[in-house]
Amino acid sequence: MTEPLLATQQLRKEFGGLVAVDDVDFTVPENGIVSLIGPNGAGKTTFFNMLTGVYKPSAGRVVFAGEDMTGKPPHAFTHRGIGRTFQNIRLFQNMTALENVLVGMHVRLKGNLFEAIVRTPRVRKEEAAARKRARELLEFSGLVRKDGVIGRNLSYGDQRRLEVARALATEPKLLLLDEPTAGMNPQETADFTSFVVRLRKERSLSVLLIEHDMRVVMEISDRVTVLDYGELIAQGTPQEIQKNERVIEAYLGAAAVSS
Amino acid sequence: MRGVRSAISAAWWRLLTVFGLSPERWRGLSPLTRRAVIAFTWAGIALALVGFLGVWKISALAIAAVVLLVIVPPYKRLVIRGRRVGRYIVPVAVLAIAVAYPYYASSGGSVNPGLPQLPIFGPFPQMSTMVGMGVFAMMALGLNFVVGYAGLLDLGYVAFYAMGSYMAGWFASSQFAKQDIKFGAVGVVPGTTGFHFSMWLVLLMAGIATAIIGVIIGLPTLRLRGDYLAIVTLGFGEIMPQIARNGDNLFGTGFNLTNGTGGITPIDGPGFGHWLHHNLHLPSQYLTLGTNADRAFFWTALAMVLVTIFVSARLRDSRLGRAWIAIREDEVAAAAMGVPLMRTKTWAYATGAFFGGVAGAYYASYVGGAFPDSFFFQISVFILCMVILGGMGNIWGVIFGACFLTYLNLEGLSNIGAWLNNHFGPGGSDVQVWHSPLDVPKYAYGIYGIILVVVMLFRPEGLIPSSRRAAEFHEGVHDEPLYDVVTE
Repeated sequence: MTEPLLATQQLRKEFGGLVAVDDVDFTVPENGIVSLIGPNGAGKTTFFNMLTGVYKPSAGRVVFAGEDMTGKPPHAFTHRGIGRTFQNIRLFQNMTALENVLVGMHVRLKGNLFEAIVRTPRVRKEEAAARKRARELLEFSGLVRKDGVIGRNLSYGDQRRLEVARALATEPKLLLLDEPTAGMNPQETADFTSFVVRLRKERSLSVLLIEHDMRVVMEISDRVTVLDYGELIAQGTPQEIQKNERVIEAYLGAAAVSS
Repeated sequence: MRGVRSAISAAWWRLLTVFGLSPERWRGLSPLTRRAVIAFTWAGIALALVGFLGVWKISALAIAAVVLLVIVPPYKRLVIRGRRVGRYIVPVAVLAIAVAYPYYASSGGSVNPGLPQLPIFGPFPQMSTMVGMGVFAMMALGLNFVVGYAGLLDLGYVAFYAMGSYMAGWFASSQFAKQDIKFGAVGVVPGTTGFHFSMWLVLLMAGIATAIIGVIIGLPTLRLRGDYLAIVTLGFGEIMPQIARNGDNLFGTGFNLTNGTGGITPIDGPGFGHWLHHNLHLPSQYLTLGTNADRAFFWTALAMVLVTIFVSARLRDSRLGRAWIAIREDEVAAAAMGVPLMRTKTWAYATGAFFGGVAGAYYASYVGGAFPDSFFFQISVFILCMVILGGMGNIWGVIFGACFLTYLNLEGLSNIGAWLNNHFGPGGSDVQVWHSPLDVPKYAYGIYGIILVVVMLFRPEGLIPSSRRAAEFHEGVHDEPLYDVVTE
């Protein structure tokens, strides 16, 4: 077995006395799709925030592609190749779709202050290439002819798509999606699911997603991890998880299991 | 507030409908026609004001023509060979007027010869005021990098102004009399010692030194967010003038850094030296030009403002500028998309500081000294007001705000006060309302405060907003704080 792309060791986060994530050991394999599920308040998003450097872990380590990333700032995570979306869409609401994607490319571009003022040929070329690539990305994500639209004015589904496009612009090896299908209708959800599968195939990405829609989870995941009260209570293939008693208990209460 | 506004606009429409212009018909007109109608209305109002209340002269027509030229927007769509030439027309017109202005304005004392008196505002601004406008426009544009682009509230911008002024004081005066280094300075009295560098070099040095100070101040403070950042910058804005005031005996060592409350004076003026004077007819020394000195200072300030505008525009449309705006919109998302928060904010701070420093040094050279009493906290607020009044993030708005407030501060308020006293004061020509003359400039900060409150209530995005900023004020930004975002 090769080394996993992402691994956490005894990862822990406390807010005051509350233990939001409790010593979680977890891995995402290269080119895998892993789902993270759990009831509301199970600590999934907190866990995500630690995987992207937005939160500093209270204890434990985050290892990405063989490098210890614990305590590094968010942009370092992005630079190494972790891209993410947010649960409650956090686009740059007053920037155009194209500008949103261009911000995502920040770590992959080099132009500095002085080059920007003089506008050297190198920067000119870089900017032109970035714009071209950004348009391609928008198209790839299903946002045809939306480059000039202000983020706020996009439809809900398009905003979700733009968030993914923006995350893809960071050229990630691992894409973290936080409840990507929340608020989508069944058709949009199906489209999105096939989009994620396509991402893996065409861009050889690994994907880690938090998801509440069990149909999506069961359909695309190689592996499913379940969190409850910050603890990792089960890990396995979708089939294994469906039968796992602790998972059913966490979701439906103890009574459902005993009956 | 919105209720009041809609009531007013409803009243207007009712009036206009009487004359056959209903809202529906108005909306049916082409945008071009609509904008032309608006522009002509403004020009008409300007003409009427000058004509009925002021002195009627042929130049009043010229003023109306200028108003028309500046606000008729159909030019904006002019395209020649695929280049959008139109958008340069208004800036170029304004620039041409600014460049030509010294030939019409008085250099102080007498009333402006070629221009009419405006109602209420009185004569057109003098050249010394125009120099001040240029300097403050540059400072406001500098602050705009920090407040307008990156969205960091800085209440201590005066620290950079002070630093720039003292850089001029140190390197272009006889402050350090034990040293004797002269490098390209003009008009140094023979026999004096101290550092005397060419003013152009001093401006650059002041900018760089101030940018470095900006980074030093920025590194510990820019980790903070929102209100906390504002408070800490406020602290730094107080520390710098205090150091200036008490720096005549630094740490009890007897080392005189700032000459204490007396300030450093005189500071050399700028100039191009004999060679350039001889070959290109550039003034060799500004200070010996007599009544024309202000002109030279004004044109130089104008050139520096142009450079600042150029840098502002270039940076706004660059990778760095996008990162600044992203941070302003949503700091957490920006960080997650790979924008290094500390580094990017520090660049904004350093860039803003640079222009503050250059402007400070230039102004020190103009007034001939760096005095600690000109670096009060009010100046920080004053510059911030310019940015807010004009429209945060919009270059033209900020320049307008800077020019307008500087004008009010240096000249406008006393003119308005004189007008008020002539009409309503003791022995006034109209109704006598008060019995002892009113000293309007004394209420300056009260008046600025009221202007700020009114702007914030009715037009929070500023008078000439950037479209993005306007949207933010009306829709709000999405920026919930997180507990411990790790920065650098």
